[in-house]
Amino acid sequence: MPASQVDERVSASLAGEPTTASHADAARRSARPAWPVRWIKGGGLTTLLFGLPMLLGFTIFGWWPIVNGVLIAFQRTNLIDTHWVWLDNFRDVLADPLLWQAVRNTGLYAFLAILIGFPIPLILAATISELRGRWRQIGSVLAFLPTVIPPVVSILLWRRFYSPEPWGLINTIIGWFGMDPVGWLQDPRFSMLALVIAAIWAGTGTTVIIYLAAMVTIDRSLYDAAEVDGSGIFRKIWHIMLPQLRGTILVMLLLQIIGVFQVFTEPFLLTDGGPQHRTVTLLMLVFRRFMRGDYGGAAALSVMLAVVLALLSWLYLAVTKRWSK
Amino acid sequence: MTDVTTTLASRRNARKAKAAQANERTLISSNDMRNPAIKLGVGSWKTIIIAALTLVGLYPLFWLVVAATSSTQDILRDPLGVWRGGFQPENIVNAWNRIQIDRYTGNTFIIALGTTFFALLITITGAYVLAVLKPRWGPFVDKAIMATLFIPGIISLVPLYLVIIDLPLTPGQVGIIDTWWAVWLPGAVSAFNVLITKQYINSIPHELFEAAKIDGAGPFRVFWHIVLPLTRPILGVIALLTFIASWRDFLWPMLALPSAERRPLSVAISLAERTTDLSLAMAAMLIATVIPIALFLIFQKQFLSGASAAGSVKG
Repeated sequence: MPASQVDERVSASLAGEPTTASHADAARRSARPAWPVRWIKGGGLTTLLFGLPMLLGFTIFGWWPIVNGVLIAFQRTNLIDTHWVWLDNFRDVLADPLLWQAVRNTGLYAFLAILIGFPIPLILAATISELRGRWRQIGSVLAFLPTVIPPVVSILLWRRFYSPEPWGLINTIIGWFGMDPVGWLQDPRFSMLALVIAAIWAGTGTTVIIYLAAMVTIDRSLYDAAEVDGSGIFRKIWHIMLPQLRGTILVMLLLQIIGVFQVFTEPFLLTDGGPQHRTVTLLMLVFRRFMRGDYGGAAALSVMLAVVLALLSWLYLAVTKRWSK
Repeated sequence: MTDVTTTLASRRNARKAKAAQANERTLISSNDMRNPAIKLGVGSWKTIIIAALTLVGLYPLFWLVVAATSSTQDILRDPLGVWRGGFQPENIVNAWNRIQIDRYTGNTFIIALGTTFFALLITITGAYVLAVLKPRWGPFVDKAIMATLFIPGIISLVPLYLVIIDLPLTPGQVGIIDTWWAVWLPGAVSAFNVLITKQYINSIPHELFEAAKIDGAGPFRVFWHIVLPLTRPILGVIALLTFIASWRDFLWPMLALPSAERRPLSVAISLAERTTDLSLAMAAMLIATVIPIALFLIFQKQFLSGASAAGSVKG
């Protein structure tokens, strides 16, 4: 706020103070109404009224929960009595023997989900953008379709596909290639991979559409120029398409990383953390604490996860800053 | 709610403009395609991808349709068969009547429509304030809204639950848990919506608002006669995305609406899959999928442009 504005406000509020009224002040008061009147006449009140849904909505359901989330992490509450316990919740969370299992599981999930889930949307988008006319539309619709299905439905569908009997859908299909039936969700060797595949199936659509939109904005004359220099298709992909998409790719990768660390619905509905706790994720631990009324512990774990993700994003942005320019 | 539907119709003009882009060249040129080896390679690659997309995108849906109209026995024993044990469309009627899918579908509509209404209200008034009225506190609020985009959602799960148990800024204990408000309001507050709408209004020539002001139009008239009609396309996209998002939501309604009579489809299905006949659960899953799929197919362009707008704001 510029200094002159502050001065004006200070003098205006002083002017409203009857004890300090001198001749000059009185004259000014009669010429200019007190600041609330001026504020209302200047449209301040109307603006505030228009802003009220946003301000109330964000205060109660946006900003306050974020602030309070940090506060609760240092408190113990049974919804009636609340008292400060400082680091007790964090100690409690860190002493949980399942925590390190959950960290490993979440890490493995994140690794697999990025390894498989990062290149697929790029490849799909690059292919769809080469399709002509109606086919391009069909391609984007097909890629986006799984994303429209409610997650509960898609997860329960996958639970059927993964059924462990030899006549289960996926087991029948791998049987055609001479492979033995697998307990996809029951065998600790496969359960995490099974979750990752179901999650990628449901989540790829949005990313494909975003890459497609970014590919349209690439300056086409760059391709013309590369062809004059005799570049083939792969060189055009490597030296023009990917560098031109750099910014979008870096941001999407960061969003994917932040997203995969917060995986919940898939393990919750597909395996409930089993077999042998192999698919317990950090968010499932948050949820379990929450359900048994340990709000402080749940908040402490959420805060730790959020801080780690924030640090990770910061590190990521710092490292990739040079490339994204 | 009629406002939303008319909004969506007006989006059609933008569609025509975009169709013009289709003819432009892409990475592979017609020159590349003159080489028969490249032509064959590119052609078969495209075919493989389209075939894979069809299989992965459509087959699970087709499977769901078949399962929803087959007996439990068939779903379990013959997952690759198509009505080999008989076609049972009555599953859908039975699910609708016997396991109360009618009520849960109604609840889901109430949740999704209410959330959409409040999302539009908060978004358009908020964006109008930030982009046109520009009060002194605007930039501060703008930054605070932007900040919520970067904070992982997990951090507000527990405190949001405490908010609906005892609403802040109210005297005494005012709880909205187990009322529709508990899902409408948190679902309607979206930083993303406010920011893309603000960007959209900023792309409208500012002289328009100035001219209206000079002609003596107050903030209400500018809002009603200029901002509302001009932002219809973006509001249509937001309405669609919010409606589908709240239709799909599972965790929050499960926590915020504990009683059975307000349960939405997503929560009801996750319970039905464990407790009722599998064929009925499959029929319920089909019912829950039909509405979002239909909306998506009707409003493809809005969806796809909305999803890419999401990318541009986050970017």
